[in-house]
Amino acid sequence: MTTDRIFRGLFVLYLLAFVAYLFAPLVIMGLAAFNESRFPTVIPWQGTTLDWFSAMWADAAMWRSLWTSAIVAVLVVLVALPVGTAAALVLTTLHARARSFAYAVMVSPLLTPGVVIGISTLILWRQVGVGGGIALIVVAQTTFIICYVMLMVMARLQRFDRTQEEAALGLGASKLMVFRRVLLPFLRPALLASGGLAVLQSVENYNTTLFVRGFETPLTVFIATKVRTGLTPAVNALALVIIAATVIGAVAYELARRRQVTRQPRS
Amino acid sequence: MRDLYARFGGGLATVFLSLVLIWLAAMVLAPNLMMIDYALRPNLPPAELGGPRDVWSLDNVLYLANEGVHRAIFLKTIWASALVAALTLVVCYPIAFWMAQRATPGQLSIALMLVIIPFFINEVLRTLAWFILLAYRGPLNAVLQGIGLIDAPIRWQGDGGVLAGMVYAYILFMLLPIYNAIESLDKSQLEAARDLGSPTWRTHWRVVIPHAKAGIATGCVFTFMLAAGSYVAPALLGSPGSRWFTEIIYNWFFEGGDWNRGAAYALTLLVLCLAVVLVTLRVFRVNLTDVAK
Repeated sequence: MTTDRIFRGLFVLYLLAFVAYLFAPLVIMGLAAFNESRFPTVIPWQGTTLDWFSAMWADAAMWRSLWTSAIVAVLVVLVALPVGTAAALVLTTLHARARSFAYAVMVSPLLTPGVVIGISTLILWRQVGVGGGIALIVVAQTTFIICYVMLMVMARLQRFDRTQEEAALGLGASKLMVFRRVLLPFLRPALLASGGLAVLQSVENYNTTLFVRGFETPLTVFIATKVRTGLTPAVNALALVIIAATVIGAVAYELARRRQVTRQPRS
Repeated sequence: MRDLYARFGGGLATVFLSLVLIWLAAMVLAPNLMMIDYALRPNLPPAELGGPRDVWSLDNVLYLANEGVHRAIFLKTIWASALVAALTLVVCYPIAFWMAQRATPGQLSIALMLVIIPFFINEVLRTLAWFILLAYRGPLNAVLQGIGLIDAPIRWQGDGGVLAGMVYAYILFMLLPIYNAIESLDKSQLEAARDLGSPTWRTHWRVVIPHAKAGIATGCVFTFMLAAGSYVAPALLGSPGSRWFTEIIYNWFFEGGDWNRGAAYALTLLVLCLAVVLVTLRVFRVNLTDVAK
C-alpha cells in the first residue's frame, strides 16, 4: 500500500507541474505588462504601472495591424462559410467510393504544413501578376479554413432528419425554399460555430500568412516582429487584452452552447 | 452527383458544385502543381525564361542533398520533430489516462477546460510567453539562481527553448486523441489485470497502450507534422545555431531570392510530412476519417 501512496503522491506532483507548465508562461507574460521595467519580466519588479497599456493604445502601427487582421478575418468568413457548407453538402450526397476519395482530397489542406500553403499560393498568383497582400492572405487562409467549416457542418448534417425535407416538398415548397427554410436553419448553430472558429484561425495564423503578406502587417506578424526588433511590455499589454478577449469569447460561446443544449435537448 | 441535383435542384446544386470545384482546382490543386513546376525548373533571369535552359530537372532537390549545412538542418528538423512528438507523448500520456479513467466527471470538466483555454490563445502569443520566461535575464533564470540551483544565468534560447515551446504548443493535439482512445477502454479490463497481479507499469504496457495505439499514433503524427512545419517557435525561441528547415525555406524566398530552390525545399517538406502521416496511419490502421475529428 505504501508504494501505492508514493505513486499517488508523485502523480499529484505531476498534475501540479503540468498545470504550472500550462499556465506559468501565460501568467508571467500577463503580469509583466504591469511592471515598469523596460524589458518585459516580473523579476525584478520595478513598480506597478498601467503605462504600457496607454503606450499600446497610442501605437498607430498596432491599430493598423489590428485593422488588417480584422478585414482579412471578415473576408475569410465570407468565403469559407459558403464554400465549406457547399463542400459538406456535396460530400454527403456522394456514394461510398467517390466519397472517401473526395474526402481525402478535401481534408488534404489540413495535412499540408502551413508554410507550404503560403508558398504554393504565392507562387501560383505570381504567374498572373498578383503579389502578396490582403487578397492573397485571404486566399491562402481560406484554403485550409474551408476544411474546418466543412468538418463542422458535416458533423451537424449527420443528425439531420431528411424526412423534414420530404415533408416540406410534399407540402409544396420548392427545393430552393426547402434549403432556405429547413436545412439552413438546422445548420445555423454549426455555421455560427464555424464562423467563430474561422475568425480565430484567421487572426491567429502566422505560418501561412507570413509568406503571402506582401507589405501588409497583420497582428501576428506585428507581434513577432516586435519580439525581434524591440520588445517592450506594451506588447504584453496587447497580448493580455487579446487573451482576455479570446477567453471571454470562448466562455460566452460555451455558455450559449450549453443553454442551447438544455433548451432543446433532442436536437 | 445525381443525388445532389435531385436533392437541391439544378440552380443550387450547380452553385454548390462550382464553389467546391473552384476551391479544389484553384486553391488546392493548382498551387501545388505550380509549386512542383517551380521546384523542377532552374532560377533564370527573365530573358532566359522559356529558353533552352528552362527545362525540368531535379537540380534543386539535389542541391539540398549536396549542400552540407542545409542537409544537416533538414535532418535535424526531422529528428527534432520526432523528439518533440516523443516528449509531448510522455508529458501527455499520464494526464490523458487520468482524465479518461480516473477523474470524476467534475474533475474531468475542469481538466478539459484547463487544457483547452491556453489553446484558444494565439500561437505567436504563446511563443512570446516562452520568450519572456526563458529570457537571459528572465524569470526562470532568476528563480533558479535565487534557489541556488545555478550560479550564472543559462542561455535557454536555442535547441532547448525551441523544444520547450513546441511541446507546449502541441499538447492539445496529443492529449485529445489519446484521451479519446483510452476513454473507450472498459474499466473492468484494468481491474482484471490488477486482480491477476499485474503491476501498474505492466497493465499500461500490455493493456492500456495497445488499446490506445490508434490515438497515440494520431497524436504523434500530428505533432510531428506541426513541429516540422513550424516557423514561430524556432524563429523566436531559437538561436542562430538552432535553425529550422522552414527558416531556410523562408530565406530562399525573401532573402536569397531563389524561389525555385525555395519551392523545391518546400516540396521536400510537404512530401516528407505526407509520407510520415500516410505511412503511420497505414501501419496503425487508422482511418483518415477518424483523424480529422
